[in-house]
Amino acid sequence: MALFRFGKSASESSSEGEQPVAAKPGVFDRLRAGLSKTAQVLNTDVRDLLKQEGRHVDTPFLEELRGALVRTDMGPSAAEAIVKDVGERLRSRVVDPEVVVESIRRTLSEKLAGTTGDLVQSSSGPTVILVTGVNGSGKTTSIAKLTRRFTEAGLRVVLGAGDTFRAAAVEQLSMWAGRLGADIVRGDPGSDPASIAHRAVAQAVEGSFDICIIDTAGRLQNQSNLMQELGKIRRVISKQIPDAPHEVLLVIDATAGQNALSQAEGFKEAAGCTGIVLAKLDGSARGGVIVPVAERFELPVKFVGLGESADDLATFDPESFVDAMLEGVLRP
Amino acid sequence: MFDNLSNSLTSAIGTLRGRGKLSESNMREGLGEVRTALLEADVAYDVVEEFLDRVSADAIGAKVLDALDPAQQLIGVVHRELVNLMGPVDHEIPFRSGDTTILMLCGLQGSGKTTTCGKIARRLQEQGKGVMLVAADLQRPAAIEQLSVLGEQIGIPVHTPQDHSDPVAVCKAGVKKAKKDGIDVVILDTAGRLSIDEELMAELSRIDRTVSPDQVFLVVDAMTGQDAVSSAKAFNEALEIDGVIMTKLDGDARGGAALSVKSVTGVPIKFMGTGEGVDALEEFHPDRLAGRILGMGDVVSLVEEAQRKFDQDEMQRQEERLKSGEFTLEDFKKMMLQTRRLGPLGKVMGMIPGMGGMQETLAGADLEKDINRLFGIIDSMTPEERRNPSRIVDQTRRRRIAAGAGVQPQEVNDLVKQFDGMASMMKGMAGLGMKDRMREVQKMQSAMGDPSGRLGRPKGDTGKRLTAEQRRKLKKQREKEARRRKRGARG
Repeated sequence: MALFRFGKSASESSSEGEQPVAAKPGVFDRLRAGLSKTAQVLNTDVRDLLKQEGRHVDTPFLEELRGALVRTDMGPSAAEAIVKDVGERLRSRVVDPEVVVESIRRTLSEKLAGTTGDLVQSSSGPTVILVTGVNGSGKTTSIAKLTRRFTEAGLRVVLGAGDTFRAAAVEQLSMWAGRLGADIVRGDPGSDPASIAHRAVAQAVEGSFDICIIDTAGRLQNQSNLMQELGKIRRVISKQIPDAPHEVLLVIDATAGQNALSQAEGFKEAAGCTGIVLAKLDGSARGGVIVPVAERFELPVKFVGLGESADDLATFDPESFVDAMLEGVLRP
Repeated sequence: MFDNLSNSLTSAIGTLRGRGKLSESNMREGLGEVRTALLEADVAYDVVEEFLDRVSADAIGAKVLDALDPAQQLIGVVHRELVNLMGPVDHEIPFRSGDTTILMLCGLQGSGKTTTCGKIARRLQEQGKGVMLVAADLQRPAAIEQLSVLGEQIGIPVHTPQDHSDPVAVCKAGVKKAKKDGIDVVILDTAGRLSIDEELMAELSRIDRTVSPDQVFLVVDAMTGQDAVSSAKAFNEALEIDGVIMTKLDGDARGGAALSVKSVTGVPIKFMGTGEGVDALEEFHPDRLAGRILGMGDVVSLVEEAQRKFDQDEMQRQEERLKSGEFTLEDFKKMMLQTRRLGPLGKVMGMIPGMGGMQETLAGADLEKDINRLFGIIDSMTPEERRNPSRIVDQTRRRRIAAGAGVQPQEVNDLVKQFDGMASMMKGMAGLGMKDRMREVQKMQSAMGDPSGRLGRPKGDTGKRLTAEQRRKLKKQREKEARRRKRGARG
């Protein structure tokens, strides 16, 4: 549960009289290290205003709150909704910052409610997962992480190297496949990705693999021809296995701003996305854009990417995500 | 929901229209909407606040008092400030004469460094420079292969490391080799890293100190959100950035990060990536981006592109026909085919001033598909019908055409009606230059009110369709107006 519940930095916790959270190895450490650094940046303004016992909720207070929320990338309208809510209930009152924090947590949790869920798995035959996203969002690395997850669980995985466009993308996936002990189906550069998807699924069926993950070339959601290509890949897959692809994942870069909304819309429409992988959450970006994305497109976030190695993938937990997003911005 | 910054700002400033004077209070409202628009465009919060302070300081006061049109005045101020914020830009990359110039690219993972390396190499190669690439991204699997393939594609040598452990050594060896081979420019492709990863940032500084590059470029993804500020700041502190290259501007990202990065680092954006091909690197023009941001459209780019791609002779022929008033469905089809050559219609639309709103309305519709249906209808007509559709296409012909094109007869009817309106618009535009024509289209669009792409007959050409009552009313109005003028002239 406490995946995103980061320890406070030593100075903070001592002033609060709390025990610093014991350091845990691996992912936790990296995450905490990453975010405590950004927390310092984000801390300065809002923490100062909230540290004083009982703040007067007035316009400058609300403006500062708005600024802190916008900096998480949740977007001006989501921030506005929260500021409005706080303003309506608490304006002109002197409040304990904790009350403010609680109301924000509640609002965000509501918004992210239902945005969780495990991967859909096929009841019989291989589970087919199609992975999509814009250029550079982290598709191939996310596939490597998913593969590690499955192979560790003892499942057999075959990969489809469907990014036949970008130079050496196939090599990149092949290297991962070699390292992780997965099979890979590849084609010539520039060949039809749908045919690779077809062959990958066929191999998954014939070889009784458990999982088939198909990579696609990065594409921008306004490139209608390329988006239609995704539809074709999808159709090709479902001709082989009627209920496949079982998952169509959209990989979103956590550093992305409001364009992620357009990405979600475009990919959901063209490729029928069923879930999101939020990649690169180990940086200073907070990934707040997931809040409006989840709200508007009802796309559950399935995983978060937390680093470059194959282990750095965690299942998404809305509550701890919200905690991490607000960590340092508004302290409990 | 996904209208671009242009639209948001157009609507924001639109609220100021017809308010008479620009007061502090009504401007505040307009600026509030400018703020939302900028934040939705991912401009960093603090940059937005600072920007708005500057704009309101500029707009309030004497200048506004003698402004004839407050909305125009505010657009002017916002535009100027946007340009100021993003400029000035020097597109030159300074070179050492007689020695090897070292360029280094850095940025976050997935920002597009390797692709951009290839694009810059291509650009310099076209300028007659001898270029070499150094693959120093030892982090990501197959990054070295990617650069090698790119180098092969454009015919540029790539230095690939023998030993995959130390990027500093790789860069050093690459630069040494370039100097030995008498290469003019060597470009270092470094691994993507997070700005908060101290170890890797230190490694970047080590490369910087060891090979002391002449120019360090930061590659920034146009889709970057609020984080653009902190990462740009970190890279600038570690390396002293000389220029920024913004990538993926061919997408629909609003690119507000351009403003943030410039204002935080003080470093100009020099180039922008506008596609996946090795040639898709363009010089960055703040005024154009600002113009686009403000809904003035990127007319300059469009005109340049149009002139490059349009068949000049065909244009000339069409021009003649327009002037003589013989614009047929055949001409319309040719015109659409020409326009299509500019790229996806959606993109072209966005570049035309005032068409931003139209783009949004059409977002749901598949433009290309609709156009193809129209072509199908036109192709199913006889030459006679194409020349004069509204006169001779009756119910029988309509049914025949519809069957031929595989559409409903109603669609044939719609096309004929739309064409009627369009033909008279085209007559009005004959003889205008490209720019004026764009403006005309803009005027048309704002007059139409219904931006669904249905062109109705322009007003004034509808006299015959009025009912008797409407005619009486109009006559009354005209007389009233005439009397008023007479009085005015006497007084």
